[in-house]
Amino acid sequence: MRSIPKTPPRWVNDVALAERITDGPRIGAKPLLLCGLLAAALAAAVAELVLGPVAVPLAELQAWLAGRADAGTAAILGQIRAPRMVLALLVGTGLALAGTTLQGILRNPLADPGLIGVTAGASLGAVTVIVLGGAFFAGVPTFLRPYLLPCGAFLGAATVTGFVFLVSRRGGQTSVATLILAGVAINAVCFAGVGALTYISDDQQLRNLTFWQMGSLGGASWPVVLVTAPVITVSAYLLHRLATPLDLFQLGERAAFHSGVDTERVKLKAGLLTALAVGSATAAAGPIGFIGLVAPHMARLVLGAQHHWVLPGAALLGTALLLAADLVVRLAVPPAEPPIGLATALIGGPFFLWLLLTRLRGLTHV
Amino acid sequence: MRLALLFTCLASAALAQPYERIVTAGGDLTEVVTALGAADSIVGIDSTSTYPAEITDLPDIGYVRALSAEGVLTLRPDLLIGAYDTGPEAVLGQLQAAGVQVEIAPGGEDAQSVPAKIRFVGDLLGKSREATALIAAYEADMAELATALQGVEDRPRVLFILSMQNGAPLVGGALTAADKIIALAGGVNVATGFDGYKPMNREAILAAAPDVILMMNGHADRLGGVDEVLALPEIALTPAGQNRRAITMDGMLLLGFGPRTPLAARELARALHPEDAAALGQ
Repeated sequence: MRSIPKTPPRWVNDVALAERITDGPRIGAKPLLLCGLLAAALAAAVAELVLGPVAVPLAELQAWLAGRADAGTAAILGQIRAPRMVLALLVGTGLALAGTTLQGILRNPLADPGLIGVTAGASLGAVTVIVLGGAFFAGVPTFLRPYLLPCGAFLGAATVTGFVFLVSRRGGQTSVATLILAGVAINAVCFAGVGALTYISDDQQLRNLTFWQMGSLGGASWPVVLVTAPVITVSAYLLHRLATPLDLFQLGERAAFHSGVDTERVKLKAGLLTALAVGSATAAAGPIGFIGLVAPHMARLVLGAQHHWVLPGAALLGTALLLAADLVVRLAVPPAEPPIGLATALIGGPFFLWLLLTRLRGLTHV
Repeated sequence: MRLALLFTCLASAALAQPYERIVTAGGDLTEVVTALGAADSIVGIDSTSTYPAEITDLPDIGYVRALSAEGVLTLRPDLLIGAYDTGPEAVLGQLQAAGVQVEIAPGGEDAQSVPAKIRFVGDLLGKSREATALIAAYEADMAELATALQGVEDRPRVLFILSMQNGAPLVGGALTAADKIIALAGGVNVATGFDGYKPMNREAILAAAPDVILMMNGHADRLGGVDEVLALPEIALTPAGQNRRAITMDGMLLLGFGPRTPLAARELARALHPEDAAALGQ
């Protein structure tokens, strides 16, 4: 009988081996590439502050940073654009890291938070608050009301994650195949629930939930940012610490186990942290599709397969993509503002198709 | 003396119009503001504001429930007058933080709510006298129509079709603006037993046996015209389908519940009671 090592062997972090198992760029080039992504995200963040339906010249931005801007500019930058930019950073990071982790754990390039039902659960929670909130929460003090919808979305996401992990556990093992199939079932049930609530909703609720379901960063404010920031920061930090086990998962769950990874713990952690990140991102901005799917793929194209690089790369790319999409919807038809889901799908859809076609071509050439 | 009078006039003119750049959200509110003679101060409207023609070229700030704070701010308004369902809530807060006065009008999609909307806007814009006159005219019109309808025996059964959803008609049930305007025009809404706009079972439509189908212009066109709707199997077999009776009206006029509601109610009443049209007046 083979003995099972308790801790990851030292060679896991060995640079030479790591380079052999990835098809990415040279290790030395990676910090530079990551800096490039950071620059892109920063540029998008500055663009988010400077560009918009109301023209704010760079000089005004400097004046605002120095605390010398006039009241109107200060309100636009301080109350509208700055919280929006920070929320895009948080939501983009949360969705991208969750997508990367799920794709790694499930070893499925299609995986995104929608796959195992997390987004559907969040939607069901939020729509429940929109439709039944008036009846259920009449006694809630007014100043707490704005937090009911985020709480609903978060509880929905957490409940679904807990449930899919519970049902896919057999004899101390979590089956990834069962996890995905349970996700499909949960998606169906949650969307049926959303459908039922849509049916009983009145006209005003119907319009509210239709717009919520397309996602928007328009509701960004400092209180929303303050609630979202700690949750996403903590889960982002903890997801980064899963980088090595995620690399080993790529060799297969058994191989990862025999390399000393406590696979059950990693799966559980990944599930919980994903639910935290996606739940709070969805709570703050509605269900925003494609970022969790596309950002990890783009990061892998740029940085190779190692999760130590892919995770921060995906977070930066998710942020940059979300900010770009937000700029598109803000600048498209001012003074109106279409929902952001339209823009992320417009960017994400064609990219995903391109990815699919190049992968297929690659396979036929092999 | 004349100079003093001129100054008084100027001062009262300035008092009468405390806002110079108004954005309206909600077609009914836009109509009230223009009916009170403040159309010149409007600098932006939402997508539900389609009347009068003079305001339709103004910048469109989007749908009344999905406004964007920054979009509204590009118009540099000093006042936003919104219908009761203006939103989202967070955007209204952002607008107030940016120094825009946000005033939400009383709600309601029925005949009784219109005077309250007119009074609200009148007080806000310093046009209380105009508001009083407009309310008096509105109430006189409504009373006149109600009296005229008392002499009409026939109460046609009406089905309001908002749109088609996956092939099933989405109809106006109880507590909808459609239900209210049908009653005002001396008709009976056959879509009873549920609130709001819901898909209606095809057999239930047959059983309800409407005499008339009522639709909004734009939606009728989207469905391929009134004839296409009348040819639907569940409608073709009803009295409405067999007599080919369908009425289409401008959506905002029909369902807006603003100053033009007497006009809408009278137009619908004349179409519902063609034999009594003369008695119902123009």
